[in-house]
Amino acid sequence: MDLYTEGEPIADTRAPDGPIETRWERHRFEMKLVNPANRRKMTVIVVGTGLAGGSAAATLAEQGYHVKSYCYQDSPRRAHSIAAQGGINAAKNYRNDGDSVHRLFYDTVKGGDFRSRESNVHRLAEVSVNIIDQCVAQGVPFAREYGGLLDTRSFGGAQVQRTFYARGQTGQQLLLGAYQALERQIGLGNVEMNSRHEMLELVIVDGRARGIVVRDLVTGEISTEMADAVVLASGGYGNVFYLSTNAKGCNVTASWRAHRKGAYFANPCYTQIHPTCIPVSGDHQSKLTLMSESLRNDGRVWVPKAKGDQRAPRDIPEDERDYYLERIYPSFGNLVPRDIASRAAKNVCDEGRGVGPGGLGVYLDFADAINRLGRKAIEAKYGNLFEMYERITGEDPYEVPMRIYPAVHYTMGGLWVDYDLQSSIPGLFVIGEANFSDHGANRLGASALMQGLADGYFVLPNTLANYLASGPLEKVDASHPEAVAARTEVEDRLQRLLAINGDRTVDSFHRELGQIMWEHCGMERTEAGLRKAIDEIRTLRDEFWQRVRVPGDGEGLNQSLEKAGRVADFFELAELMCIDALHREESCGGHFRAEHQTPDGEAQRDDDRFAYVAAWEYAGTGQPVLHKEDLKFEYVHPTQRSYK
Amino acid sequence: MNLTLRIWRQKGPEDKGQMVTYQVPDVSPDMSFLEMLDVLNERLILDGEEPVAFDHDCREGICGMCSLMINGEAHGPQRGTTACQLHMRQFKDGDTIDIEPWRARAFPVVKDLVVNRNAFDKIIAAGGYVTAPTGSAPEAHSVPVPKADADAAFESAACIGCGACVAACPNGSGMLFTAAKITQLSLLPQGQPERYTRVIGMVDAHDEAGFGGCTNIGECAAACPKGIPLNTIGRLNRDFLKATSKRAGTPGS
Repeated sequence: MDLYTEGEPIADTRAPDGPIETRWERHRFEMKLVNPANRRKMTVIVVGTGLAGGSAAATLAEQGYHVKSYCYQDSPRRAHSIAAQGGINAAKNYRNDGDSVHRLFYDTVKGGDFRSRESNVHRLAEVSVNIIDQCVAQGVPFAREYGGLLDTRSFGGAQVQRTFYARGQTGQQLLLGAYQALERQIGLGNVEMNSRHEMLELVIVDGRARGIVVRDLVTGEISTEMADAVVLASGGYGNVFYLSTNAKGCNVTASWRAHRKGAYFANPCYTQIHPTCIPVSGDHQSKLTLMSESLRNDGRVWVPKAKGDQRAPRDIPEDERDYYLERIYPSFGNLVPRDIASRAAKNVCDEGRGVGPGGLGVYLDFADAINRLGRKAIEAKYGNLFEMYERITGEDPYEVPMRIYPAVHYTMGGLWVDYDLQSSIPGLFVIGEANFSDHGANRLGASALMQGLADGYFVLPNTLANYLASGPLEKVDASHPEAVAARTEVEDRLQRLLAINGDRTVDSFHRELGQIMWEHCGMERTEAGLRKAIDEIRTLRDEFWQRVRVPGDGEGLNQSLEKAGRVADFFELAELMCIDALHREESCGGHFRAEHQTPDGEAQRDDDRFAYVAAWEYAGTGQPVLHKEDLKFEYVHPTQRSYK
Repeated sequence: MNLTLRIWRQKGPEDKGQMVTYQVPDVSPDMSFLEMLDVLNERLILDGEEPVAFDHDCREGICGMCSLMINGEAHGPQRGTTACQLHMRQFKDGDTIDIEPWRARAFPVVKDLVVNRNAFDKIIAAGGYVTAPTGSAPEAHSVPVPKADADAAFESAACIGCGACVAACPNGSGMLFTAAKITQLSLLPQGQPERYTRVIGMVDAHDEAGFGGCTNIGECAAACPKGIPLNTIGRLNRDFLKATSKRAGTPGS
């Protein structure tokens, strides 16, 4: 293929071997430590203050490092982890229902469709239990039983109840726990907090990440910040689709700038389309709202059996309804993993059986649950979600079934990291959704919160110490030629965006890019579609650089300028996503290639050819170099996933 | 529907600022309030004008970033709803809508409808936490928490830190925000050891940041999009009284 070249294979050289149960324990012991007196002399930059970044910054400061933390929002408490609704998985086995670290590990590897690393996932399952302890100690108000102990619920892709939750606001409560720990460190002077600051470039000195260039979004001032190591916790790239459940400000810029400076980008085509979101209502739509997966515990998904059935849902008799998830997947029913539920919704809508405006929706019906448990019980569990639904749609889900449709929600791909969460640039660590490491080709529900906090509280603080202990690094400041060059690049780029002064807005380009991506690199992908998308992206990107209009100047708050820089990076990422999706001639998890499916329409993996991580090296836009990291499965034997 | 908007425009902190009138035609009732502002901004950009700066992020009512005074009400007319979740079906054709920033001494205007709420972070930094460094936690089930306490703690913990309470208060007081965190942590066993130092630290930080005093008017709770109850302030006051009588800091007093 002409779109990329293939380079040398790579390996995760930090990955330990031996029995999987003791790998992390042994690795932790083998890693070097930094003496507390020396930690005070070391500075770590952490970009992003979500679950991963907030918990990492707080923990590193507790350990004695000097931390500089950055977020684009006006407060670290607003990072988008706050919007996670459903819960957090942990292998506590409080239910005595057969859960264990090994089962969580197994479910996660299987849920990821055998495209993640066993060692990483096992470590994640191990530390999951510490996370719950940590959060409870911080005063996170998890849901509890009458006896005062923690309540749990079921989530997709698992047959045990291991999901801890705080009503429909689990992400908020966990994030506030991390935020409060962070604020404590800010108050103690151990963390220098820079809100309303955006990272626009990475500074590399002698092959190591040593700093970042940031823009103060309020004053417009550009500054260069140096450190001993840089941690990116800047989240995922779902907003490349324009419409997603991400916050409006979520962006790929920090990751993409690092990628351009040498950090490999892994599996960019692995995106998660969440099955239960409120459908699009019109062209003005600016974002999509998720309805928690936990609703599938009690809600039943259905569409009419007949095509084009226009009757109101309550007028359609039981025997004319198709509860298609229960029909196709009797053992998991409405709780199949997200990728499977999303594609099933798309299939019934493609058959012409979708409901609501444009036929792009399916029902999520609580009538049975309300009959069985009573309205009160449903209100207690899901009240805030039902209210949110009603505010947005004007319909009462206690009376009329919800209408839902899949939407982009999470990105499993991200910057490539080794077992120590270090990228291919020494000194650049990547945690949380921004890295690629733990979810393979599909993330299970309630595992994002688990991974963000595992990385930030328990993994990075150990592995980063091992890196820093190899120092001390030479002192460098912002006058270093590499730092000056990075800063100049940033200033030139901003000036270039401001100078175009064309006739189209940033949003109009972003919307159009999103349509291309949703159409061709969304729930179902084909070779022809992806090739078309790459052409369209290239054309539109050229047009962007000629016709975009960014009003105002760089001095002071300029939200159009912020957006323009982010969209410019999305254009480059979008092309790489399509190339990755095109080269992966198999279906796995969230990546569904229409050419590769089983006779009954399920994803058809090709383990012989594609059981590897695709790590892309930047070599000029449109000329990526592919490095393959082979995946080995010693404990969970890859099978065709079955949730039937 | 066709709307007339009167929007506060202010170039920067030093600028005096003024209300400016805009016409927005063809507004769909299914739009959110912020999507309606997006439509206006797209037009302003193409007309060569500066778009209206306003804070927003998640657009699903949980991040607390959006902060609009709509017709004199924090987050607008619908109860329990942030501006980003407010939909245009709440308005009717021909309406004139005033849109202003939060106005409070502790929240200076940055630009147009954007204000600086760092004062809230300072209040949290002064004690709105449980000191539990990573790794030090005991097993989660070692301390049961009565369900009623956990539920009540959650109710207060639902605060999104948007600042509507401050904007609605004639005194510009941040007491509801402060009390919500105090209440959450004082209801839980994990919050007990620091209970009284916390309340003093946070109230002091609140006063230093330039928030006004609370005179029990109750506008805050009426404006709160998350329904934080007014009685949290009563709880704060009780803890504060107890704490000040203990201020000598004698252990066990």
